[in-house]
Amino acid sequence: MCGAPTQEDTLDRTLPSNVDPATASIIQGRVVRDGEPVAAAYVRLLDATGEFTAEVVSSATGVFRFFASPGTWTVRALGPGASGSADLEAGTGFTETRVEIA
Amino acid sequence: MSRADVLVSADWAEQNLGQPGIVFVEVDEDTSAYDKGHIAGAVKLDWKTELQDPVRRDFIDKAGFEELLSSKGIANDDTVVLYGGNNNWFAAYAYWYFKLYGHENVKLLDGGRKKWELDSRPLTEETTQRPATRYTAKDQDTSIRAFRDEVVAAIGNKNLVDVRSPDEFAGRLFAPAHLPQEASQRAGHIPTAVNVPWSKAANEDGTFKSDDELRALYSDAGLDSSKETIAYCRIGERSSHTWFALHELLGEPNVKNYDGSWTEYGSLVGVPIEKS
Repeated sequence: MCGAPTQEDTLDRTLPSNVDPATASIIQGRVVRDGEPVAAAYVRLLDATGEFTAEVVSSATGVFRFFASPGTWTVRALGPGASGSADLEAGTGFTETRVEIA
Repeated sequence: MSRADVLVSADWAEQNLGQPGIVFVEVDEDTSAYDKGHIAGAVKLDWKTELQDPVRRDFIDKAGFEELLSSKGIANDDTVVLYGGNNNWFAAYAYWYFKLYGHENVKLLDGGRKKWELDSRPLTEETTQRPATRYTAKDQDTSIRAFRDEVVAAIGNKNLVDVRSPDEFAGRLFAPAHLPQEASQRAGHIPTAVNVPWSKAANEDGTFKSDDELRALYSDAGLDSSKETIAYCRIGERSSHTWFALHELLGEPNVKNYDGSWTEYGSLVGVPIEKS
């Protein structure tokens, strides 16, 4: 669900040493436009009320990552002339999503 | 002072690139962003290695600021236009810092790097060389900088504005969610602080909301304009953004930025803390 990446599209799950996936909530994924990863998109994490929590710029392969807490979140991405969003439920550990922008 | 004196549009910036007497300065949280492309002619300021004292948790002193700006080729009578990523958090922080040391003409590029990129405006990797100057700074203007004792004394007396996200305010997160969460201090907020996330002052493209929208935002949140205001966040950059909205755009006279912010307050022994 939530457009989880396919097998050949696995995202890196290496974590900084101070992050424990047993307690942390890591939300990560890829920004995609017409099936291609979008680099340098502005990706923001919105809480259940739609309030801004954080923003990152997607990597060369369109990847983004947030360190959040368990709950309901929306990931919203902006590129030149395009935007899109994905809703998700995060628990502890990794929650992965794909954000299509058009 | 009006909005036009402190904030410039991307169009204005693009038309004024290379103008003598105008220096564009990029300040980012991600200090490598500049090297991957920046506005032509812009110089880079590293908020971590250049604006902070290398040993103590404080700013570089007056002499250090003079030396820094001289080496960057910024003169006292130059108009400095600041911009950066993260919706101008660190550019707003640098703006407040330039004001702290008395630089006369400072402006913020509305929307910063994000708006510039979303508009598909040009960036360059060419390094900028500016001849050194002999910059002289003023003593710190502490009418815009709050320290911890003043913050503790402000509980229940002055407006305290916590500009972090609701999850940080409530104590569910220690830091913005793009950073690994630290656990070395207490989470929560200063009692009597109201939570007006900095992001409410900005549009999605990073530009500031209109003066009318900003006025409504802070009065609806319960800020009493007859009282002094202290803004804080985690390390003082997002609260610089709100300080800019209140003090520079709306012209509120008594607004301070508490740069010690939650990383200091949340580590103090004996002070009250509220959660959720």
